[in-house]
Amino acid sequence: MTAAGVETTLLGFTRALRAAGIAVTQDRAQVFLAATARVGLGDQQRTYWAGRATLCSCPEDLPVYDKVFWAWFADDGSTGTAQRPVMPMPPSKQAPLGEDDADAGEGGPGDDLVVRVAASDVEVLRHRDIASMTEGERARLARQFARLSPRPPSRTSYRRRPARRGTLDTDATLRRMLARMGEPLELRHRHRSRRDRRVVLLVDVSGSMGPYADALLRLAHRMTRSMSTETFSVGTRVTRLTRAMRLRDADQALRAAGDVVPDWSGGTRLGEGLQAFLQRWGQRGMVRGAVVVVFSDGWERGDAALLAEQMRRLHLLAHRVVWVNPHKGAAGYQPVQVGMAAALPYVDDFVAGHSLAAFERVLEVVGDA
Amino acid sequence: MSLVNSPDDLAARLEKTGYLSDEALATVGFLAMELGRPLLLEGEPGTGKTALAEALAEGLGLPLVRLQCYEGIDASQALYDWDFPRQILHLRAVEAAADGRLDVDEVEGGLFAERFLVARPILRALREAPVVLLIDEVDRADDEFEAFLLEVLSTWQVTIPELGTVAAAVPPVVVLTSNRTREVHDALKRRCLYHWIDHPTLEREVAIVRSRAPEVSAELARQVVELVHEVRGADLVKPPGVAETLDWARALERLGTTTLDVEAAARTLGVAVKYREDADRVRAALDRMLAG
Repeated sequence: MTAAGVETTLLGFTRALRAAGIAVTQDRAQVFLAATARVGLGDQQRTYWAGRATLCSCPEDLPVYDKVFWAWFADDGSTGTAQRPVMPMPPSKQAPLGEDDADAGEGGPGDDLVVRVAASDVEVLRHRDIASMTEGERARLARQFARLSPRPPSRTSYRRRPARRGTLDTDATLRRMLARMGEPLELRHRHRSRRDRRVVLLVDVSGSMGPYADALLRLAHRMTRSMSTETFSVGTRVTRLTRAMRLRDADQALRAAGDVVPDWSGGTRLGEGLQAFLQRWGQRGMVRGAVVVVFSDGWERGDAALLAEQMRRLHLLAHRVVWVNPHKGAAGYQPVQVGMAAALPYVDDFVAGHSLAAFERVLEVVGDA
Repeated sequence: MSLVNSPDDLAARLEKTGYLSDEALATVGFLAMELGRPLLLEGEPGTGKTALAEALAEGLGLPLVRLQCYEGIDASQALYDWDFPRQILHLRAVEAAADGRLDVDEVEGGLFAERFLVARPILRALREAPVVLLIDEVDRADDEFEAFLLEVLSTWQVTIPELGTVAAAVPPVVVLTSNRTREVHDALKRRCLYHWIDHPTLEREVAIVRSRAPEVSAELARQVVELVHEVRGADLVKPPGVAETLDWARALERLGTTTLDVEAAARTLGVAVKYREDADRVRAALDRMLAG
């Protein structure tokens, strides 16, 4: 095979990876070419490892890589030239999104009355239960999320920063002395400053939370974009949504989240979900000292004892656990569901989460944590 | 200059230090050196990420420079700082000795000389290259620190305003480790070769125990590793890593155990399993685990 032919095959492989969902950038593809050249093209095993090291960047990439690699370099021991069918995109499930065209009737030029009507309409919308809204109302509500202003919770920093009072900063004082040829004219102080705490959001995406999924993800998007936040969906499985939530545009972010979550509207196995989350991420330090917010109605189909045990672990690891339940806003609500009752002893703040106004309150609680 | 000739050569050198790599790790490690790129290792705690850097240094005969990352680490803790107290002392000394006949510029120039520089790991790695630079637990550092690392790892040089630019004669062999408590930034990942280290297979882990703890008999080593694999399958909060396997085998050997039984395993369980819930679960299943 000619060198050019080899290059075509290898680059074709990187395109197939890209089509299958791995973010292969141009520079990575180039490093991959250089790497295969170093290990020798005849060795399929080494080509495999060279590609894995240069083109993958997280454990989630690895199974996809495996599939594409063996599909691409399947039959013969060396690198084939035939163009093979590109791996199909993973089926994309889309989160329910509001339409963007509900602007009609709002804000005529200079018309004070219309503006005021629209404003009070927004006020009503703020307090309405999201589950009872029509599609159009939801779309209007979606735009209101931009007005939420999340505020990060903070803690005392380990590091000290210059300040007017506090303990003596010997380094800075000596530095000032240097500038004055060694005369201790000016004392410098420093004290511990504040640092933002990490916020971890766990969003229940099971069937019973369906009506709130869109709004909760929008809230998660606002929070992820404005402070250090990690977002996960918990349903029958745990999926990390942080990357999707970092996209600037909210609708795009929701679409990306819809693509990666495999279990929209499935059953609720919070206990198992939490266990998987804690083992995979929480335990390792993501939750340590963080403010954890669980968005769920607490309908548990699985083992309530397991849920209680996992909540206990979560409570031990986290700085504060906030549980946001959409039904808590309803008059006469009692937390008697098996799951909710099991979790409640390990929850620091139990708040409602059914409307935009309730979300504002959630952000306050998180900011004060 | 090539440090190693092939993946096999690298594997052989690592093996001499007691570190058993597999085809994958040897290939990726070889490529990192050939392409002059840092190697980003992720994987379960206790799978030998940090140990690889140590073995690389020993196997290649290079010094190991280690930078432990933590929340709030900044460039002055990674690169360099000035030794201010010594500078002041120097100033006082010069003042006393010169007795008024001082050239201010000269004194000032002398203050920011090499001897007052406190070199931190990254500066040391650049100056002393070839070395193996271990940047441990990079996921603990902040975003800004990652950006700083990215710059150093791309250019292999830093500028100290008072002294000038320090560039590495050859790129150091860089190993970054991450426990995934936080996603490492894409830009940094793109700069690195990526490798995920899994727990070793049974055969390999037996070989690792035999190589790192030769005092443990072949039979005991196999029994301990088999039990550890059972324990790892038991869905624990913190499954034991290779380091725990080694500790456990050594502990049993020191207690004079020749054949691993339920009693001996239960007595020494704390060496490998470090959560109360996990210990309860394993203790309850020991009979079955040792029988299987």
